[in-house]
Amino acid sequence: MSLDKATVRTIANLARIEVPDEELDHLAGELSRIVDFVEQLSEVNTDGVAPMTSVAEMTLPRRQDVVSDGNCRDGVLANAPDADDGFFCVPKVVE
Amino acid sequence: MTRLTDLTMAQARDGLAKGEFTSVELTEAHVKAMEAARGLNAYITETPDLALEQAKASDERRRKGEAGAMEGLPVAIKDLFCTKGVRTTAASKILHDFTPPYESTVSDNLLKAGAVSLGKTNLDEFAMGSSNMTSHFGGVTNPWKRRGDDSPLVPGGSSGGSAAAVAARIALGATGTDTGGSIRQPAAFCGIVGIKPTYGRCSRWGTVAFASSLDQAGPMTRTVRDAAIMLGAMAGHDPKDSTSAPMAVPDFEAALTGDIRGLKVGIPKEYRPEGLSDEIAKVWEQGIEWLKAAGAEPVEISLPHTKYALATYYIVAPAEASSNLARYDGVRFGLRVDGKSLDEMYAKTRAEGFGSEVKRRIMIGTYVLSAGYYDAYYAKAQKVRALIAEDFRKAYETVDVILTPTAPSAAFGMGEKMDDPITMYLNDVFTVPTSLAGLPGLSLPAGLNAEGLPLGLQLIGRPFDEETVLKVADVMEQAAGFTARPAGVEG
Amino acid sequence: MSYIIQGETGEWEVVIGLEVHAQVISKSKLFSGAATDFGSEPNTQVSFIDAGMPGMLPVINEVCVEQAVRTGLGLKAQINKTSVFARKNYFYADLPQGYQISQYDQPIVGEGTIILDMPDGSTREVGIERLHLEQDAGKSMHDQHPTKSYIDLNRSGVALMEIVSKPDMRSPEEAGAYLKKLRSILRYLGTCDGNMEEGSMRCDCNVSVRKKGETGLRTRCEIKNVNSVRFVMQAIEHEAMRHVEIYESGGDIKQETRLFDPNKGETRSMRSKEQAHDYRYFPDPDLLPLVLEDELIERIKADLPELPDEKKDRFIRDFKLSPYDAGVLVADRATADFFETVASGRDAKMAANWVMGDFFGAMNRLGRSIENPPVTAENLGKLLDLIADNTISGRIAKEVFELMTETGKDPSVIVEEKGLKQVTDTGAIEQACQAVVDANADKVAEYKSGKDKLFGFFVGQVMKNTQGKANPAMVNEILKKLLA
Repeated sequence: MSLDKATVRTIANLARIEVPDEELDHLAGELSRIVDFVEQLSEVNTDGVAPMTSVAEMTLPRRQDVVSDGNCRDGVLANAPDADDGFFCVPKVVE
Repeated sequence: MTRLTDLTMAQARDGLAKGEFTSVELTEAHVKAMEAARGLNAYITETPDLALEQAKASDERRRKGEAGAMEGLPVAIKDLFCTKGVRTTAASKILHDFTPPYESTVSDNLLKAGAVSLGKTNLDEFAMGSSNMTSHFGGVTNPWKRRGDDSPLVPGGSSGGSAAAVAARIALGATGTDTGGSIRQPAAFCGIVGIKPTYGRCSRWGTVAFASSLDQAGPMTRTVRDAAIMLGAMAGHDPKDSTSAPMAVPDFEAALTGDIRGLKVGIPKEYRPEGLSDEIAKVWEQGIEWLKAAGAEPVEISLPHTKYALATYYIVAPAEASSNLARYDGVRFGLRVDGKSLDEMYAKTRAEGFGSEVKRRIMIGTYVLSAGYYDAYYAKAQKVRALIAEDFRKAYETVDVILTPTAPSAAFGMGEKMDDPITMYLNDVFTVPTSLAGLPGLSLPAGLNAEGLPLGLQLIGRPFDEETVLKVADVMEQAAGFTARPAGVEG
Repeated sequence: MSYIIQGETGEWEVVIGLEVHAQVISKSKLFSGAATDFGSEPNTQVSFIDAGMPGMLPVINEVCVEQAVRTGLGLKAQINKTSVFARKNYFYADLPQGYQISQYDQPIVGEGTIILDMPDGSTREVGIERLHLEQDAGKSMHDQHPTKSYIDLNRSGVALMEIVSKPDMRSPEEAGAYLKKLRSILRYLGTCDGNMEEGSMRCDCNVSVRKKGETGLRTRCEIKNVNSVRFVMQAIEHEAMRHVEIYESGGDIKQETRLFDPNKGETRSMRSKEQAHDYRYFPDPDLLPLVLEDELIERIKADLPELPDEKKDRFIRDFKLSPYDAGVLVADRATADFFETVASGRDAKMAANWVMGDFFGAMNRLGRSIENPPVTAENLGKLLDLIADNTISGRIAKEVFELMTETGKDPSVIVEEKGLKQVTDTGAIEQACQAVVDANADKVAEYKSGKDKLFGFFVGQVMKNTQGKANPAMVNEILKKLLA
């Protein structure tokens, strides 16, 4: 198995997805099968090939510096699970 | 007269223009059909009142002589397109109560062209799947059944609700999105036409993102002509999407000349892997014959990196998805599950809000981007992706369009192929290379298998040459004379 | 001038690199059209893009790009014609997308240089590693509620330039000089207002120490978000001492992120950052490579203002100022402009003395700024003219200057109103001198018998009797004749 339980726990933590301990084994198995499957790319010779990040044969378009958006607090907060006094609220963060 | 729900989009358009019926009548017929077909679970959110309101306004516009290209035509919107004031879920629990305060560019383009929206169709959660079985709102039933077998089949995915709705005549057409085959594969499974246009042809703004470098919206319709009409309305340059192509939208319908004489059609040998089923091979052979008969010239070509496309896709797409789905954190919208700390709130929210396939892909994506693995997986996949795109580029030096099967099988039963993710991923084997290369790909129904289920063929075009794809598809559609209907949809 | 920490085991030197986040001056955000004004109501300057809503996409602001190029040119740095935006993935309540759009291995600006002007008039070069564009995060407030943190996304998406120095600094003073010089350059360029109090310029300090003579670098700590030049210097000083103490007591430094507490004057470990990070940078698929046209770079280059270093050289060359005076005057563009207005066509050394002396003194005393000066440059120039053409003496000029700060009036008006005009009439001065000589026969005798020092007494008496208005040179000359 290419992914052990500890690795799966680390990934789950990075992705902020709670995984109960009893599911780690099963998940490690599933993820390992996928990783083993994509492993086949190692047999492709990619020497001198530039990575392709986009198929769009363009460069980045730029917009003008004008204030054309924002000022829509009601819309921004409309779907908030918890908001107060114009702010989003989350469990207190200790720094 | 044909029932209103049985009309093609082109016929409905002409009927409205001639005043044979109104958009309200057309919409009412579809609303009724939609209610009757609820068992399919094709829609997550039906918006009949809004549809009738829009139909009324459309009839009003028509009276004033202001009819747009899709004036008064009732369509369905995949529930991945944000719709202002109408719940948009991406078929996920994490967005189960999200109502966007904005309208996606594609759905807005349709509304501006006069279209009427019947509601939001079901899909695989966050468009991740090939069966529509990963939806938080339950699977969609394919209106087609195996001959003499009543067991429910999947419509394909991820645009399964859209495909089922169009096949079942509860929408004239529907929007789909395609990241690795999510328009083409369900179109094939449901016996309809679906086109994923060139990457950049349709704006991605306002569409819930799965994998940004691959996602493209496209139409799902019952005929090639309808696809041309609807694509024309959906497409167009959007300055709000930095990857949107600054190109004019051609008159796609005008490309349907019926004349494909002299066109060179590539037949890639790598799409004939060992174990390809006879019925798929047969329908592909049949397609080649139709093209020959119409004066086109089949040419065997090689796309040598085809076999690596699926592995490439299952690195690139989850990587992008893992990042794109980070915003579903319970802070600003969507589901929140309380926790003692911020991190606990995140972890609980995302554990409960995402289904298992989405979680799997987020974790794979997180893994392939993480320190120490980036080069071996993500960077490697980007390089192989370049090679796959290069294969196509070379092929188009000699051919004008490429013909392949759309999927390795016909629709399968609900619950099948569910035990192992890889088995499910193999559904996309023929559609994924096109997505990685950003090329236009269309699936059209080409015939039925022995069990009476539709099989699709895929046409792949040069970048921004949807016109050739549609033109060839139109000719093949005539030749195929596909008139079969799903069970329960009378002729 | 080397900064050495004398430890029990020997001499230590400190190695400092700074990462400065400078808020780009632009009307709208880096990737959205929301406004960037400081101090607005919470969440009012937030677009759906800045809030990370589903399906929202970034489109880059051309002015932010130009500002980065302008800054790069001002830092004499390499401008990269192709740069790439990448996502830095991490979860935080004020990071709506779950990633920050930044630049990773292909920044818009590469290596450059900053010349530090040290207090003793010497200069020192510090290398710039890179400059990249990125989005700012929102703001979390932790004291609004007992169990909740409040999130304001107004800053979310505002363009920042992260300017990374090489680890070239060796003392807190150099770090301070670096920040001041960088701020000066940014302000000259108009690319960042450099206001550390409002947070438009923030500094992360990377600090390590090593034994004098060591060549390698030891483990560094990063002190996050220090918000004044003074605090940066204090934080570095404290952190360096901490390292030395730990090493000398046999311990080891753990690489970590720390916070500076200005009240205690010390740094402490940041618990929330303890968790190992893996940012999973990858090119942002919503954006394409940023490619700069040669014409754009050339146009920005042609429009660059004269920068502090060039201005300083010119002041030294053209105005014959000392490097120190020139350095002080060019640090702030408005001050340099003020000085140039005063000095133009006049005695530059005298202008420099007046600006740096009486003028700066009055400005500080009255709590004014160069933008709202106690005396306008034009009026100060006129005052200098009155001295030069002998209308008033230097002494009277100080008096006039005070009146100018109080009334804001033109100096010639004050001289006229108060009758302060210098007496240059030979007859009148001769008369005054004669009167003093006549009235002090005893002193004249003493002087003539060799008590030369008494000459000053006679001058003083004449000036006193003329209320300081007599031309001092003429008084001198006439007295010498009378006393000969």
